Amino acid sequence: MAVKYEMVAGLETHVELSTRTKIFCGCTTAFGGEPNTHCCPICIGLPGTLPKLNERVVEYAIKAGLATHCRIAENARMDRKNYVYPDLPKAYQISQFDKPLCEGGYIELSNGRKIRLTRIHIEEDAGKLVHERGDTYVDYNRGGVPLIEIVSEPDIRSIDEAKEYLEKIQLIMKYIGVSDCKMQEGSLRCDVNISLRPVGSEKFGTRCEIKNMNSFTYMERAMKYEFERQADLLDSGEEVIQETRRYDVESGCTESMRGKEDAQDYRYFREPDLVAIFTPAEKVEALRGQLPELPDSRMKRYTEMGIAPADASLLVKYQAVAQYFDAAADGVKNPKNVSNFMVGQMFRRMPTDEEKERCAIVSAVPPENLNALVKLLDEGKIRMNQAKTVLETMMDTGKAPSELISAEDMAGVGQDDLLEICRKVIGENAANVADYLGGKERAIQPMIGAVMRATKGKADAKAAQQMLKQMMEEGVK
Amino acid sequence: MEQKRPGLIRSLQRRLEQKELSCRELTEEYLKAIERDNPALNAYILTTRLAALETAERVDARLAAGEKLLPLEGIPMTLKDNISTDGIETTCCSKILKGYTPIYDASVWGLLKKNNAVLLGKTNMDEFAMGSSSENSCFGGSKNPHNTERVAGGSSGGGASAVAGNLAAYALGSDTGGSIRQPASFCGVVGLKPTYGAVSRYGLIAYASSLDQIGPIAATVEDAAAVFDAISLPDPMDSTCRGKQSAVSGILTGEIEGLRIGVAKEYFDGIKQPEVAAALEKAVRTYEKLGAKIVSFELPILKYALPVYYILACAEATSNLGRYDGIRYGYRTENYKNINEMICKTRSEGFGAEVKRRIMLGNYVLSSGYYDAYYKKAQNLRGTIVKAFQSAFEQCDVILAPTVPMTAFPVGFTGQDQVETYLTDICTVPVNIAGLPGVSVPCGRDGKGLPIGMQLIGNSFREGIILNAAYAFEQRDEYLSECFSKVEMGVKF
Repeated sequence: MAVKYEMVAGLETHVELSTRTKIFCGCTTAFGGEPNTHCCPICIGLPGTLPKLNERVVEYAIKAGLATHCRIAENARMDRKNYVYPDLPKAYQISQFDKPLCEGGYIELSNGRKIRLTRIHIEEDAGKLVHERGDTYVDYNRGGVPLIEIVSEPDIRSIDEAKEYLEKIQLIMKYIGVSDCKMQEGSLRCDVNISLRPVGSEKFGTRCEIKNMNSFTYMERAMKYEFERQADLLDSGEEVIQETRRYDVESGCTESMRGKEDAQDYRYFREPDLVAIFTPAEKVEALRGQLPELPDSRMKRYTEMGIAPADASLLVKYQAVAQYFDAAADGVKNPKNVSNFMVGQMFRRMPTDEEKERCAIVSAVPPENLNALVKLLDEGKIRMNQAKTVLETMMDTGKAPSELISAEDMAGVGQDDLLEICRKVIGENAANVADYLGGKERAIQPMIGAVMRATKGKADAKAAQQMLKQMMEEGVK
Repeated sequence: MEQKRPGLIRSLQRRLEQKELSCRELTEEYLKAIERDNPALNAYILTTRLAALETAERVDARLAAGEKLLPLEGIPMTLKDNISTDGIETTCCSKILKGYTPIYDASVWGLLKKNNAVLLGKTNMDEFAMGSSSENSCFGGSKNPHNTERVAGGSSGGGASAVAGNLAAYALGSDTGGSIRQPASFCGVVGLKPTYGAVSRYGLIAYASSLDQIGPIAATVEDAAAVFDAISLPDPMDSTCRGKQSAVSGILTGEIEGLRIGVAKEYFDGIKQPEVAAALEKAVRTYEKLGAKIVSFELPILKYALPVYYILACAEATSNLGRYDGIRYGYRTENYKNINEMICKTRSEGFGAEVKRRIMLGNYVLSSGYYDAYYKKAQNLRGTIVKAFQSAFEQCDVILAPTVPMTAFPVGFTGQDQVETYLTDICTVPVNIAGLPGVSVPCGRDGKGLPIGMQLIGNSFREGIILNAAYAFEQRDEYLSECFSKVEMGVKF
């Protein structure tokens, strides 16, 4: 009988910080630019230059640690990670080895499982090799851009968990404003350590590391492939070899890069050019005070407001959208109306992530306009279907509800008028009345439609139904 | 106290201000002397004649306008070739950096340049400051002005040779394990290795970052103090640099009544020449006569200083020298098939034997499997050595020791036995390991007339105390006859 395997995975996530300047010099961190124009003697490692730690990088990393429940080290150190590659102009990367800034946090998944974080440390990014016209060039613009590396424990048990974990990190980092986390620009990338073990076993299997995944899709495919590869090996009684693998986008396979015996010896040692990073408790608390409401607590707040979890998570997913929601829902009786309008109608006007990221609809409908519309609904001055139509016009024209709804529209249909119209409809639909009284409940529907037509949609359909029922059952003429 | 041995910088500045000679004339004198005597000494590997004369003229213009001279203004000087100079080739005397011209100034040179210091050129050194004779230079070794059959010492041999041979009023060197004090001792001049963090390292091409420190080599203690004051400032470009705690020039009184001078026997155990031991003993008695109190103690931990030094220095060097790959600047091999071969051949051809030896040593001690046995142990011992010095300084104010267990080596000596050569660093490396200031001052001559150096070591940021003790020694009547040997070279004043 085939053995069932459980996946055991841990992620090393690299997040590029969005500080204005690089980690050890004053050069810009802007993405792109003509090759080697965002450089200076320090970030191209000219002989004799020394790094100068950007305080802001430390602050951003501490915020990332606090947002993921980490302990912040009072004394952290920088170390040199030595390896030779043309994109690394000093032949060492300044990173953190045994005294990282943050340790011991977690990310909580929607299934309630907590993925523990081993550590978060700061380091510098390398440059980039550019292959052109049969030659290789180096562009050091990215060299020295600050990174944090978030290392998880091997607590991830499925591809879905890995995806959710990474999405949560992405969202948290965006919320706290330390990174734009754009995978396509390389500001979020990850390595996956993955091993298998028979379901029920406590012992870890031999792991492989898949390097440098820069999209959710590739990560998913690579993990799926790797799971199957390792399962096949184990099924046929072979051993998984501990090694570093790369995911090939073309073939959809992972392939060996180097084995354990060829593992790089980074010869870490203390960076003598930088002093210890001292972070007193007061500084940690000051930074904690700067953190905005985080996605998890916002999600909790929204569901407590009565918003369906699926809708709430759509709102929370985009910080600008969530902020828009908070403004639009301010003081309304039923915030669910706001989320329904947003998820149901407004999202259709901003179909892309990029548009939702900045909540593009705000330019046509400022949150106070939606707020006003929902309040009219709250006060019973307009009906839902009327509101929906008005919202479409608001999005088309950029006009406020007050410009679109006349006093007459808002007056709705008075009780006497409704009574009169219902009486008339009952009179004109004797067959439907008979059917209804004969037990065919659905026969009331065309009559409600007739009331709505007669009131040009201003009537409350529910009230009309109630009134029609009552009148028919009581035989009111 | 009457000044018996006046500072060269002060007397030259006085003559400039009194218009006895112009800065241009002074500079030309030095340039002429360099042209005449440098072929014998090989102190300079590059002269910057035009820039020097331009600066001199700027100084003369300021003097003509009635301006007062800034500290060190108008004084012809030189920089070791590992101190970066914007627009002036800086090679560390290595083939691998030939043709490399920095695009920025080292912070120390920036400070001096602002004061119109007259740079005469760049001086010779052991390749990447690794060596004790300057013979590991790709330009050949520097000779000792007292006897050109002898080396000038190293690694800042060119600077010491230039100052001793009157080819510069002062020089800036760098000291990682004795590279300022040892050549100063060999050449009979004053060399100060400041406290780690007293002088900015920004622009100093690194050998071992946690040990390197820039400092002056000068004719007199007063000159060394003046240069130290000018270059010891906090620097935002060097996180490890705090600058001096207070100016030292003003406190050179020569009064040392009650000063506690410590003598640790371990420093004297390895002395190779009886004349060196005799000169040191005489210096101790001299200090006693001058009113100092001699305190004897033991520093047994010093026996670990050399291995600790070579492990830490080589480890850091390995990392610091990784960047010389032929991709961005300096030397690149001519024929190669791919990038790996290019890097490999460039480094094989570009580095000299001693540099390669230390790169290999450094990689070895940092490798997984050996790290704990070597690097980690050395780091721990470093801490122990620091503590041993701290407790020594509870008993004394200054530690007196030889600078080198012998006088200048014959030319070619260091090429014969590396370990024997490493052992001669025994008295200088402890100061670097502990980050302390140390000054070497001439204290006698051997039978061949070669200078003997005495080292005075102080607690952190106590440059003032050791310089004042050195000053007291230098200002005695007997100093000139016993210690100072004039050379028949260079500029005569």
